[in-house]
Amino acid sequence: MNEPLLKVNDLKQYFPVSRKKVFKAVNGVSFEIYPGETYGLVGESGSGKTTIGRSLIRLYTPTEGTVTFAGQVISGALDRETKDMLRENMQMIYQDPMSSLNPRKKVGDIIGEGLDIHHRAANRAERTALVAEMLEKVGLSAAHAERYPHQFSGGQRQRVGIARALILNPKLVIADECISALDVSIQAQVVNLMKDIQAQTQCAYLFIAHDLSMVKYISDRIGVLHRGYLVETGTTEDIFGNPIHPYTKSLLSAVPFPNPEVEKRRVSLAYDVKEAGVDYSKGTLHTLQGQHAVLSTDEEFARWTS
Amino acid sequence: MNEKTILEVKDLDISFRTNAGIIHAIRGVNIDLQKGETVAIVGESGSGKSVTMKAVAGLMDANATVNRGQVLYRCAEDGKEEVIDLLTLSKKELRRRINGRHISMVFQDPMTSLDPTMPVGKQIMEGMLLHGGMNAAQAKARALELMNLVGITDAEHRMKYYPHQFSGGMRQRVVIAIALSGDPDILICDEPTTALDVTIQAKILELIKDIQNRMGLSVIYITHDLGVVAKVADYVNVMYAGKIVEVGNVNEIFYDPKHPYTWGLLSAMPDLDTDDDRLYSIPGSPPNLLHEPVGDAFAARNAYAMRIDEKAEPPMFKISDTHYAATWLLHPDAPKVEMPPELKARLERARKEAEKYI
Repeated sequence: MNEPLLKVNDLKQYFPVSRKKVFKAVNGVSFEIYPGETYGLVGESGSGKTTIGRSLIRLYTPTEGTVTFAGQVISGALDRETKDMLRENMQMIYQDPMSSLNPRKKVGDIIGEGLDIHHRAANRAERTALVAEMLEKVGLSAAHAERYPHQFSGGQRQRVGIARALILNPKLVIADECISALDVSIQAQVVNLMKDIQAQTQCAYLFIAHDLSMVKYISDRIGVLHRGYLVETGTTEDIFGNPIHPYTKSLLSAVPFPNPEVEKRRVSLAYDVKEAGVDYSKGTLHTLQGQHAVLSTDEEFARWTS
Repeated sequence: MNEKTILEVKDLDISFRTNAGIIHAIRGVNIDLQKGETVAIVGESGSGKSVTMKAVAGLMDANATVNRGQVLYRCAEDGKEEVIDLLTLSKKELRRRINGRHISMVFQDPMTSLDPTMPVGKQIMEGMLLHGGMNAAQAKARALELMNLVGITDAEHRMKYYPHQFSGGMRQRVVIAIALSGDPDILICDEPTTALDVTIQAKILELIKDIQNRMGLSVIYITHDLGVVAKVADYVNVMYAGKIVEVGNVNEIFYDPKHPYTWGLLSAMPDLDTDDDRLYSIPGSPPNLLHEPVGDAFAARNAYAMRIDEKAEPPMFKISDTHYAATWLLHPDAPKVEMPPELKARLERARKEAEKYI
């Protein structure tokens, strides 16, 4: 396989709570994303999935660990050049399109802002043309550039968010719960759109979500997070076909199926770290085969795989 | 209204006055709820599912007008049974007699439905002290009982906690405890798990079901998640543009849907076994109800629409005693149309899987 686009090695992100206490949101997470692929991060709220996304795009400064993006280290202090490279090549789609779009700006200006900052358009006409092209790419029309965010429906607004992220042709897009706030049928539209754009532009996605069925559908590989630890990672087939970690199993058992007879008889598997007696800090990544790895001690690994 | 029906929404029709004009949000809705059963209302945002239930709970906004219809509720009080039309009661009467005591509601976001400045124990006791005629000691004992019922351990201590000290799932449990404090007959859950994670969602749904069995509650779910519906519902009402377009028991809706909109909703849900390259999505967006739709409101988004769909609204066609759908495709003169083959294959698989359990 070719060089990874993004390499995260032992990323730690701590937040000071008081003078003495530190909240450890991310505890040594490592994964890689290859060009053009989709990596899904799943986990419950508070598992650190959003924090990872934000650390990668440098909304936070990582406490420890190295992040290499397109051959450059982006986890330490950034010089101007690296920063520009990062800002142009990594973009983010946020969860709630209403609060992530400036209500006082026209959609055309929201999308075009990146072009202005990075001087991508030579003149006004070119900028308008680029914005119009982008709008059409995400299934809106050029005329929509003159409207304000509140004049759109939820699904359309998320399309604007996608257009804004993609206008600079980034290599990696971090999609942070970007469909959770939408209706089921609109979710499908947005996910299809993201797939189409990926096919055209070969950008990679880091898809952060808690809805496993959507993650399965869009991702090539998946990482399961719990309490700031990456407890299991592997290809989509590995995670869904052969889950090893009890937390992954409990997550999978909680996904509701549209099948009433089955669903009424199924009871979700409960998983509690304390009850299960699993200490994540003691575990190391044990590789099963290929990319499939589980965070566990030797004893746990033997028990879970038997 | 037969003996076992506890709530019947009859031909409800509601419009809203807004700056933009009159929005005809609910256009003749009928819903039946039997004692001890669970009914789910599914639909996209803006289909009117929340508004319908707000009308039942007497929580309608000031700019709403009820054009016609009834909400009949079989009210059992002091050993007497009477059928009352909730829409004829004044707001004061509703508050005094119905809300909380007979019909309770659980809302989507527990953070906004709880008072952040009041300990949760006090919030659970509030209704019992004001309406339940209990003294403080009785109310406290009942609150502890309720907290245990909804699975909050160490209740004595946690009563003093404020909402922000709880996790999302725990907060929703508190909201459920409050809803149950007046010992209601009907619990209306408006997207109770949309703001929660899948693992916690499963626990909350199992909790509501468990309480329902123990207390003999009738539950109405409002949701857009068909997975949730499959887990909890006995009967399903599919709502679109202010109308019920298909109604049936849960097996009829999931294994043998008849309305193209239900097909679309089911197809749009990715299931863990499908390996299609593209997810199906219903094209377009719901109609703007500022303009009264002519004919079938779903016609513009319906790949199976016929010429009549643009002219006349389809009536409810009967499929079985419990299963009805409003689509012209069921008219005897209509061409025979099958559901999309992918969906058919998927439903076939689902049915096979279900057989293993029966």
